[in-house]
Amino acid sequence: MTTLTDPPAESFRLSQLIYDTRYRSMTIQVVALIGFVALFAWLISNTITNLALLGKDFNFGFLSVRSGYDINQRLVEYSSDSSHLRAAYVGLLNTLLVAVLGCALATVIGVFVGVLRLSNNWLTAKMMTIYVEAFRNIPVLLWIVAFFAVLTEATPAPRAFRGESPAASMVLNDSVAFTNRGIYVPSPTWGDGSLFVVVVFLLSLAGIWWFGRYAHKRQNETGDILPTFWIKLAIFFVPVVIAYFILGRPVGLEYPALKGFNFSGGLQFRNSLLALWLALSCYTGAFIAENVRAGILAISRGQSEAASALGLRPNRTMNLVVLPQALRVIIPPLISQYLNLTKNSSLAIAVGYMDLRATLGGITLNQTGRELECMLLMMGIYLIISLAISGSMNVYNNSVKLKER
Amino acid sequence: MYKSVLFGVLTVSGLVAGAATAATLDDVKARGSLNCGVTTGVPGFAAPDANGVWEGFDVDVCRAVASAIFGDPTAVNFTPTTGQTRFTALASGEIDMLARNTTWTFSRDVDLKFEFTGVNYYDGQGFMVPKDLGVSSATELDGATICIQTGTTTELNLADYFRANKISYEPVPIETSAEARQQFLAGACDVYTTDASALAAIRATFETPGDFTVLPEIISKEPLGPLVRHGDNGWGDIVRWSLNAMITAEELGVTSANAGELSGGSDNPEINRLLGSEGNLGEQLGLSADWAKNIIMSVGNYGEVFGTNIGENTPIGIARGLNAQWKDGGLIYSPPFR
Repeated sequence: MTTLTDPPAESFRLSQLIYDTRYRSMTIQVVALIGFVALFAWLISNTITNLALLGKDFNFGFLSVRSGYDINQRLVEYSSDSSHLRAAYVGLLNTLLVAVLGCALATVIGVFVGVLRLSNNWLTAKMMTIYVEAFRNIPVLLWIVAFFAVLTEATPAPRAFRGESPAASMVLNDSVAFTNRGIYVPSPTWGDGSLFVVVVFLLSLAGIWWFGRYAHKRQNETGDILPTFWIKLAIFFVPVVIAYFILGRPVGLEYPALKGFNFSGGLQFRNSLLALWLALSCYTGAFIAENVRAGILAISRGQSEAASALGLRPNRTMNLVVLPQALRVIIPPLISQYLNLTKNSSLAIAVGYMDLRATLGGITLNQTGRELECMLLMMGIYLIISLAISGSMNVYNNSVKLKER
Repeated sequence: MYKSVLFGVLTVSGLVAGAATAATLDDVKARGSLNCGVTTGVPGFAAPDANGVWEGFDVDVCRAVASAIFGDPTAVNFTPTTGQTRFTALASGEIDMLARNTTWTFSRDVDLKFEFTGVNYYDGQGFMVPKDLGVSSATELDGATICIQTGTTTELNLADYFRANKISYEPVPIETSAEARQQFLAGACDVYTTDASALAAIRATFETPGDFTVLPEIISKEPLGPLVRHGDNGWGDIVRWSLNAMITAEELGVTSANAGELSGGSDNPEINRLLGSEGNLGEQLGLSADWAKNIIMSVGNYGEVFGTNIGENTPIGIARGLNAQWKDGGLIYSPPFR
């Protein structure tokens, strides 16, 4: 008879940390962690020591001090009496403005070019190829400067509009002026009752949405296709126009007019904004076009052949069959293109656009001498913007990606 | 163990950081050349010539310091800096001194921890406009678009001036002087504002300087001078007294032509102390006895430097005005060499 005895309980020996595979990986991780923490501690302590040696402290008190400088493009109230924090906020809004405008236009350009590059028309496809290669392979800073140079050098100065027989004149019935300082367009003025018109406009937008759903449902049930485009167009215009005239034209237009040195009245789109917006959009649009093309090519040929077999025209095949499936491939790289565009907008200072980099990271940094604080703050803000963009795009991505059941 | 590693690292990094701040003079001598920050190009003050050699009024301050240390005015590495990058470059130690028409202000001196070592040009902010604009005073500039270099005192002066006069303007921020020139000539801005000296310098580079005029208003005091970092007073003394040597030399009538002759000894004891034939001023600075003689022989005295770079016989054509010697009714004044 054999007796089973437990193996003697092995006492833990220190050498097991290295030679015993059960413990080794943990040892390596702990050592790596200590090394990482030590490196980080060294960086921080080195910074503190060097700041102390320079006699500088680390605080953000300067943000509440009067800024003392002016900013040309302000989306919110700001003057040289406002604080540095306010200046940074103005800059942040300018950054967001160009980022949002840029992402929107880049997407339009990207989808358009990406689809056309696959066109069967030889000339169209080649032209789109040239566009994509030209924009993708030249640094975006050069494009920004080039767009700005074209906008300032090719357009007349405001003083060319003056005099009996001016060298330049406004276009579109004297309502829009192209100058080397920007484009001036009429701006709306809001009189009594304009709120009602706006409400009617919003209601008609809701109506268009509701009608779209109704038409879709009806098509599913009966197979009838309503002429949605014309009906939507009518819902868009008719109620607003009726309300506008019943209330006695409450919404007017203020036209830009030459006054003193510049045009005043109306809205001014500064050349710095236009150059930055167009350059970033065309540059990023070229990358998005490639993503779109890759997405479309990823859809198997059988899909479009099947659509053709069902009698769908090429237009509808693209819109109803290919693009919805291609989106699943397109969205993830699209997110990183949006992030790139937003980060590239910090090149704005090259054309004097007052974004976050130019206010907080430029003038404020310079006037207060708080390099470390300004840079950390700016990095933090860009990080938050980028995470917010990728967060919201991920939500969208989840909604279009293949649902596995 | 965790803690001891942390403390050990802290100690080591403290030692490393401590060792990094040796005397600037030793660093410069070991390197064999002076790192000097200048503008990215303002004709007459600091700009490379056709051969790429930097020359100008501010450049000569750098060359004077190099001459004092090495006896060689060419032992300088010039680093072009913009209004935005200059202070970071100096604070980080990338350059040993900054001679870049920088205005001496309280906050730069105290808060940014720099030491201004004197004033080599007394300036004020002015406005330049095209003549056909028909403007004769800055108070008529309501609504004008104004090109301005960012990160400068002029930016703050401009905001204050227009606010005080209750008139509006549209600022167009610009990085460099070359960019400002292009924008101004293209008419993208009506007015260009910066220090009056720089306006004169830029106007001289226009094809038709006569079509542009500098308005009479000078809206600020802009004492421009070289600066160094806080914390190394010995180095600050060298830069300060190199400039003072140029000023004193002009006052005493010592020029690049006669300095060699006068250094053999003269009747004026101050000249002898300056040129090193009497006393040990050079030794006190940690330099050779003929440091000031080297400056004057190779760069010239203040008046010569002013005359060859920006004086009335140059295209820039600035009169001495405030920058004349105190004896001639100006503000240029050096403490005595004794």
